[in-house]
Formats: sequence, C-alpha cells, structure tokens
Amino acid sequence: MDLLTIIIKMSEGLTKTCAIFFLTLIFALPLGIVIALLRMSKIKVISKITQFIVSVLRGTPLMLQLLAVTYGPYYLFGFSVSRDKLIPVVVAFAVNYSAYFSEIYRSGIESIPRGQYEAATILGYSKFQTFIKIILPQVFRRILPSITNEIVTLVKDTSIAFTVSYQEMFTIGKQIANSQTSFTPFLVAGVFYYLFNAIVAFVMGKVEKSMNYYKI
Amino acid sequence: MSVLSMKNIKKSFGEKHVLKDISLEVNKGEVVSIIGPSGGGKSTLLRCATLLGTVDDGIISYNDSDVTYYNEKGVLCYQKNLNRFRKTFGLVFQNFNLFPHYNVLKNITDAPINVLKRDKKEVLEEAKALLKKMGLEGNEEMYPCDLSGGMQQRVSIVRALAMKPDILFFDEPTSALDPELTGEVLKVIKQLADEKMTMVIVTHEMSFAKAVSDRIIFMDKGLIVEEGTPQELFDNTKHERTKQFLKNYGNI
Repeated sequence: MDLLTIIIKMSEGLTKTCAIFFLTLIFALPLGIVIALLRMSKIKVISKITQFIVSVLRGTPLMLQLLAVTYGPYYLFGFSVSRDKLIPVVVAFAVNYSAYFSEIYRSGIESIPRGQYEAATILGYSKFQTFIKIILPQVFRRILPSITNEIVTLVKDTSIAFTVSYQEMFTIGKQIANSQTSFTPFLVAGVFYYLFNAIVAFVMGKVEKSMNYYKI
Repeated sequence: MSVLSMKNIKKSFGEKHVLKDISLEVNKGEVVSIIGPSGGGKSTLLRCATLLGTVDDGIISYNDSDVTYYNEKGVLCYQKNLNRFRKTFGLVFQNFNLFPHYNVLKNITDAPINVLKRDKKEVLEEAKALLKKMGLEGNEEMYPCDLSGGMQQRVSIVRALAMKPDILFFDEPTSALDPELTGEVLKVIKQLADEKMTMVIVTHEMSFAKAVSDRIIFMDKGLIVEEGTPQELFDNTKHERTKQFLKNYGNI
C-alpha cells in the first residue's frame, strides 16, 4: 500500500476523530462548570461526593473508563454492545474531561477577588447574574491557557478510542499497520495529530487575543 | 426622617467583640464621617450597614423600614428580600472593585438596566451626564485598567450614583490612592456633599472629614467614643482617647 492510499484511508477516520473531539468539548466544557460548582458547594456532603468522583475520574486511566462505559452495560445488565460506539466514546471522554475542566474552573473561580462579588451584591445583581455576567467571563479569561492545554491533550487522547475499535483515524492507522506490517501509518498519524494541534493552537491563540482587551 | 438607623448593633468574630452596642442615625442630606484607629470597627460597621456582613444583635432600618427584627422567640432575623433594601444605598469601595471586563459606560449602566430594569436610553443619557459632571467625559469606552486609580474611583462613584441611592457609603475611598490622586476624588465627594447627598464616609483624611461633614463619629474598640460637629470634635475635643488619636494627625 503506497503512502497516498494510507493517507486517504486514514483521512476517512478523521471525521470520527473530529466527532469525538468536538462532542467531548461541547459536553465537557459546560459539565465542568457544573461539577466545579458542586465541588464548591457549601453543603459538605455534595462537595465531598463530588470531590470523590473527580478523584476517581482523574485517578484512573481514561482507557479503563472507556472500556467500562462501552462494555460495562453488557457485563452488568446483559445489554448488547451497540455497533456504533460514538455514544459510549463521547460519554467516557466528556465525563473524564469534565473532571479535569472542573478543577481548572474551580481554580479560576477561586482566583476572582471577593470584591467582585461584593460590588455585584451591592448593585443588586442576583447570584445567578453575578456568576454569569461578572464572574464567569473573568474566569474564562484567566483559565484559557490551562483549557488550551487540556484541549491539546484531548486531540491526542482521541486515539484511545482504538481500544473499543471505534473507527477513527488512529484505529484505521493501527489496522493498516498490522495488516501491512508497516510503521508508516503511525508516522502519518503523528503528522495528523501535529497538524490538528497546530490548528488548535492557532484558534486558541486568537481566542486568547480576543479576550486581551482588558488587563486583570 | 432618618435614612439609616442602626440601634444597639453588636457583632463579634468568635471571642473578639468588634462592635459593642453601636447606635447611629443618619438623616436625609446629612454627611457623617467615621474616623478612628484601624481595627476599631469602622469597616465592620460599614459592612454591616451595607448588608455585606451580618450583625449578631441590633436593629438596622432604612427609611424607617426594618432590615433586622426579633422573631417571636426573640431571635434576631434578617428580612427575606434584602435586595429591596440594597436599592436604597450604594457603596464605594476602597479598592474600587470595578468590573474589569466591562468598559466604563457598561460598568455604570449595566446594573440600572439589568437589575433595576430601567429604560436603556434614559440610563445611558444619565450616565453620560454623570461622567461629564465627574470630569470623566470621553472615557466611556475605556476599560478600568486603562484609567488611573483616581479616575477608577470616580467611575465607581458614578456607578454607585447611577443606582440613585438614598444614601451613599464610602469605605476609605482614598486609601488605595497615592496623594496626588486623592484630591480629585475628595473634590468629587465634596461636590456631592454640596448637593446634599446623604453620605457616610469612613476615612483617614482628617482635614477632608472636617471640611465636608455635618457630623463626625470617632470610633475605637467597637464603641462610639465621641461624636459631634467637626468643630466640637476637632476644636473642642472632650475625650482623652480622641485627643490622643487626633494628636497623631498633627494640627488640622
């Protein structure tokens, strides 16, 4: 199999790679905020339980979580494993990444000076308004570099989906590598990930710049 | 009619009694300054008055309606809807606490529009007029980080005024400013005093307090030691503690 064919075959998996990537972000970014707020809840039980869940999600391999979400229902309840693995893959990825995002959000939220809350309270903003209008925009600004870090990791982590044979780019590459006894597909994969992340870095750089209209 | 009334206010942090039985009234159009050593309870009193902190005991009322009350068991309670009271006062912070991601105009107009639900056009016009009055014309599109401390503090005064409060509190409004910028902020407050704005000012600027106030309160160790007109307090000081405190400020 020549290089061009390998590239074309692997490109076909890129749609699925992108699907994992974007769907994970769409679900994990908001879910992270919710988890961060639960983690910071004044109700001790809620905060402790959340802390435990986050520690499990961060303390065990994503690969294991992915296997658990995909095959767990079969072993536990005898449900058949669905052919299209996009749903379990996205669930596992989104939940795992939301745990990481939640800790980033928490650090951001806790770094906002108390005076901002007090000024908002005095002006009569509700708690919800204060969080959405005053706190969250400043949090995003502060945590953007850390979020970018996670997003870059996510691009590469999409390859973990090969463990459940989800036909994304890396899975296809691995299959070609096995059948052709060739290392070339891995090199192609490396280049794909690098280019993907170059785009991510470019976009996030733009986003960061767009938020730089004020100093903290 | 008193705009603010605080009766027998007590507050402690653990074993530390920060406010021990403080009573004060502020009438419409009156300017009251609170002076005294650090740790004397001035800022705590202001935080309690502005409902950022809670009192352990005592009645706070705005325009004769009580914020705190004793229930049938004799336990001190706060009214449910505190935002009703928050509409009656404004607070200017020592550190300005402007919203860094909003420009000057949005800092001022966002709360009147989105909290008070007032007409946008009207609010914008008022805000521009206020900015002009405070010598901040042309800075509408600037962000707080682009402004000097003195300008930021003036913006935060405008932000408070845009809510049309009945009473305005100042928590050491010039303490975070270098001496060169202090003047411009004090001038603005003086201007408000001349317009008969009801104000309570916690300050370390003695000559300013003397010039601007109708009444001065000297607080130490959680108590009001002495209170009176600027003349009574500065030129005819009764208490030894007050004398001792004022001596450190030289001849004013």
